[in-house]
Amino acid sequence: MNDIAIRVEDLGKRYRIGAAPERYKTLRDTIVAGVNAPINRLRRGSSLTATSKEASTIWALRNISFEVTQGQVLGIVGRNGAGKSTLLKILSRVTEPTVGSAEIHGRVGSLLEVGTGFHPELTGRENIYLNGAILGMKRLEIDRKFDEIVSFSEVEQFIDTPVKRYSSGMYLRLAFAVAAHLEPEILVVDEVLAVGDAEFQRKCMGKMSDVAQAGRTVLFVSHNMSAVLRLTEETLVLDKGQLVYRAPTQQAVDYYMAAGFTGAGERTWTSSEIPADAAPFVPLAIRLRDLQGRVADTLRSTEPITVEVEYRLDQSITGLRVGIYLLTMRGEYVFTSFDLDDPQHFEQMGTRPEGRYLSRCTIPANILNEGRYILSVNASSFRIKRYFWDDHALAFAVDATGAPGKQWPEPRMGPVRPALDWVIERL
Amino acid sequence: MAANSLSKTSSDVTVLRPTHGFAALNLRDLWVFRELVYFLTWRDVLVRYKQTVLGAAWAVIQPVIQMVVFTLIFSNAAGLSSEGVPYPIFNFTALLPWGLFSKAMNDAGRSLVTNRNMITKIYFPRLTIPVASVLAGLVDFGIALIVYVLLILYYTFAPGSTFTFKFTPALLALPLCILMALVATLGVSLWFSAMNVIYRDVGHILPFLTQIWFFVTPIVYSASVVSTKWQILYALNPLTGVVEGFRWSLLGVHSLPWQLLAISSGIAILLLISGLVYFRNMERTFADEI
Repeated sequence: MNDIAIRVEDLGKRYRIGAAPERYKTLRDTIVAGVNAPINRLRRGSSLTATSKEASTIWALRNISFEVTQGQVLGIVGRNGAGKSTLLKILSRVTEPTVGSAEIHGRVGSLLEVGTGFHPELTGRENIYLNGAILGMKRLEIDRKFDEIVSFSEVEQFIDTPVKRYSSGMYLRLAFAVAAHLEPEILVVDEVLAVGDAEFQRKCMGKMSDVAQAGRTVLFVSHNMSAVLRLTEETLVLDKGQLVYRAPTQQAVDYYMAAGFTGAGERTWTSSEIPADAAPFVPLAIRLRDLQGRVADTLRSTEPITVEVEYRLDQSITGLRVGIYLLTMRGEYVFTSFDLDDPQHFEQMGTRPEGRYLSRCTIPANILNEGRYILSVNASSFRIKRYFWDDHALAFAVDATGAPGKQWPEPRMGPVRPALDWVIERL
Repeated sequence: MAANSLSKTSSDVTVLRPTHGFAALNLRDLWVFRELVYFLTWRDVLVRYKQTVLGAAWAVIQPVIQMVVFTLIFSNAAGLSSEGVPYPIFNFTALLPWGLFSKAMNDAGRSLVTNRNMITKIYFPRLTIPVASVLAGLVDFGIALIVYVLLILYYTFAPGSTFTFKFTPALLALPLCILMALVATLGVSLWFSAMNVIYRDVGHILPFLTQIWFFVTPIVYSASVVSTKWQILYALNPLTGVVEGFRWSLLGVHSLPWQLLAISSGIAILLLISGLVYFRNMERTFADEI
């Protein structure tokens, strides 16, 4: 038996930037273009048209080659826009590559987003059948696994209730349960574990390990490095559409986490790094300052740390909130905070007029443990639009000199190192 | 099960590469995913009348009200001929295929865009979506057919009625007429659904196209009012053939309009084949363009 599961050769995908979601092609455009095309060709010659075509397209993925053997669990990591999702979409046949080829041995099941095809008006039972069929399961297969799916999802009592009445947690559990009971030879998973409560995530991870142990090939994309470390043996690192590194997972994660940081305590964005759909939000810089106000990349645990996000609005935005996520090097979230978290503040800043801004906050002293951390930046209007997200904006180190418990030279568990008021009473 | 699926593996190799030129129709895909067609049809039917007070009664109310209004306007006021059949029956016979066609064209035309979240996330033959939309229309058609039978019974047994329903061999051709209606509907639906992915103009075109199409089809009037020199052109509308076929088969009002039927069904088949080819060729970029 051939033991290659996936063979990718020189794969590339080019997108037209003009296909941005807010601009639909209309018949008029085609007619106008059709009329103008011969005229333009006469005017400038065809070579110019070729270069202008080049300029309005972007290679989301380019020159990707790799092989995956059967039964391998391969991690894929990369920052937003590195091409991970595009790669998975090509491998799961959602979209065609522009160049190159991929050879897939066996049925591919994808968990690109759980709950795809769920209809809010249908009951849980009906949705299990519908979703199962969309994912490529046969009716008999669903019949057989029905009870298992229901008990995995823990929504037994509500199985005949329309899913629009489900809580978001129940909805997710049911959706994941259906997807998790697919039995394809190759499973493609994208970030499904980033949702749900801790208990549910634990369950999902367990299911993923089972799948891996059953000898199926798994491609696993996640921002959660500890999940990648736990589930995968080998990992690909993608950056700007290219495959930049492939190594055993521990090495690849270290490479990925250390890559691309200047260590200056400040990060700025060039225009090519800002996606077109971020407009009118333009991120300018994120920086960290120590107690003396100096920009620094190593900060003391015992002193407050100031985080500054500088940005420009080319138009006013309603409901904008700018915030940060703090993550450990393994990609676990430590906290999330937005500049309008204070409800009073939120009331006052309904609309932010155009202009240049600085959103600043302070992480109090005695919060973080020693180690390296990552800051992500998010600018969004809740439930309306995410203007900008850089999940890997800045890395910095925390030095715990003088922190509580430093008299013992041992590493402390956990990302936080609070100074707690202990009282010792003799009873 | 696991062993079963693994044994399939060795032969089951998919090669993904950019395709150029004309795409193969590859209807086998549709057969492999026939259960999905079934489930999508079932979903469309289930969802259609959810959270409505009257539910499936809408499938009755719509054509009946249409028939009543058309009878009042076109028969009583305008005095159009109905070839010796009571006008309501004459009209309803045409509304049967027309209802199937217009509803399916509008639903299926928008179906891909309505289901965009599925298309951008998961692979399955995209054809299943418009096909299911059209098949879901068959349920309403079935309900309308029952109403039609009741209408026939009423006119047969109502006192003073001169109408009698004749069981002729032509009745056996009804399934063929329904098939022809489906072929024309699917052909048009494939064109519009694929075009709608790229040109959202289709959403604006559909309502008024439906209106115009209604009047160029012999629904409220008889095809015989069109003068003979225009008959060939008139038959280019596949719905003309479908409606005349229905009237011939169910009412036996005139002899079989061979020529008209041949042209109309030819056009219907052409629409279906060209629709399939167009759809298949556009399908490649659906996930990127939608």
